[in-house]
Amino acid sequence: MISLEHVYKSYENGTPAIEDVTFAMEDGEFAFLVGPSGSGKTTIIKLLTGEIASTEGRVVVNGYDMGTISRRRLPALRRTLGVIFQDFRLIDNRNVYENVALAMHVYGARNSEIKRRVPYVLGLVGLEDRMRDMPRELSGGEQQRVAIARALANNPRTIIADEPTGNIDPELSAELMKLLSKISEQGTTMLVVTHEHDLVNQFAKRVIRIVNGRLASDSEGWYQA
Amino acid sequence: MNRIGYYIREGVDSIFNHGLISFATICVILACLLIMGSFASVALNVNHIIGTLEDQVSILCFVDDKWSETEARSLEKQLLAVDNVSSVTFVTRTQALEEYLGQLEESPLFEEVEPTILRDRYLVYLKDISIMAGTQARLKDIPGIARVNAHLGIAQGMVSMRRIVNVVSVVMILLLMAVSTFIMANTLRLAAFTRRNEVAIVRMIGATNSFIRGPFNVEGMILGLTGSLIAYLAQWLLYIAITGRIAGSSISFLDIIPFAELALPLLACFLVIGLLVAIFGSRIAIRNYMRI
Repeated sequence: MISLEHVYKSYENGTPAIEDVTFAMEDGEFAFLVGPSGSGKTTIIKLLTGEIASTEGRVVVNGYDMGTISRRRLPALRRTLGVIFQDFRLIDNRNVYENVALAMHVYGARNSEIKRRVPYVLGLVGLEDRMRDMPRELSGGEQQRVAIARALANNPRTIIADEPTGNIDPELSAELMKLLSKISEQGTTMLVVTHEHDLVNQFAKRVIRIVNGRLASDSEGWYQA
Repeated sequence: MNRIGYYIREGVDSIFNHGLISFATICVILACLLIMGSFASVALNVNHIIGTLEDQVSILCFVDDKWSETEARSLEKQLLAVDNVSSVTFVTRTQALEEYLGQLEESPLFEEVEPTILRDRYLVYLKDISIMAGTQARLKDIPGIARVNAHLGIAQGMVSMRRIVNVVSVVMILLLMAVSTFIMANTLRLAAFTRRNEVAIVRMIGATNSFIRGPFNVEGMILGLTGSLIAYLAQWLLYIAITGRIAGSSISFLDIIPFAELALPLLACFLVIGLLVAIFGSRIAIRNYMRI
């Protein structure tokens, strides 16, 4: 569950990044967070992952109040999240299996559980045959699927995908989005940040639109810039 | 257990991934510990030698010449009751004369000398020669003690020398520990820098500070302990070689501590210092990555 109530964020130089943003997502819900570059989407992601704190307002993620959460509790929150980045953020000198297993090591999973779960999630993204490959040996789309597998490894309550299709071929983007949608159907809350109109419009999903740091619309189905 | 296994794997991997830097770190720790150990060994031996000499420093208490030998002997308990007195040796005037004559070339001048020209005396040995003056004053106050001779200058010299040796050793050891920690921190900082992306990623997927520190701590501990053990072996060989040289030289009279007596404390110190250097080094190295 994600909830933002009248959230403001200004940076140190006084520049407002977002102003009075309010929206909520229920467990298992899928939504696109859209808007032009510099509109404040990344600020919202950083607020949700605890990288920054809001200047005003209340942010709650999976039951954690981000305004009062201590640094010590932040890792616990992050373990309820799966985060997918535009630039994949895979570790170059580890193979596909190890990249996914790392997320489970962080969680403190047992080796037997890791050995069972990693091939399973790699199977979900269609990469069970590439476990021993290094990230550099994979295409952009495959690397992003590894990142999705890593996000899924600990069975998170919420997945936040920040421009997940930004670095992959357009024809693969729809396929990847279908995969995220399918994962969401299993009960995972899915917030996908993107600025690709066409892609959003292929799916009849909730669209939260941010413009100039403010909530411009929050509706089902279509994204019109 | 899984997590510890993970830290060990990651730490060991990192050592081999930065092989040259790891090697350099071990060499620096080895050098620092060897210098530290050598200083400590010299300091301990100087202390030991001074201690032996101190044990031989005594206060000479002359008994009133009107007192008989039996009366003089009865003073022993009172002397031993004085604070800081460790033992006393009674020397009769006859023994004192014999000793005196023994130090001289045979001369007819002394043939007629009677022991009565000398006094019975006590050699009083002290527990702590740095407070010799106070003990001398208290001995002087005992009825029956006519005069007290103490070489305060020599005692003070020994005490000063011991203090200087101790202070210099402690300062050098602390300095070298700081140098080792600094170098260890820089090595691990480099390791942390090369892994900064990885650190940022694991932090984002929920790693705690202790999870991030784990591999660096292991890496530091392995490097620290390896450096310590090699330094210990080198120190051992060096000590044996130097004491061997001393034994065959003109200063063989010096009472050198055998290595067997130093072996365990030295090993414990090296290991503890190696570990401390590693722990502080890794803390310093990755503190920047703990603030994200």
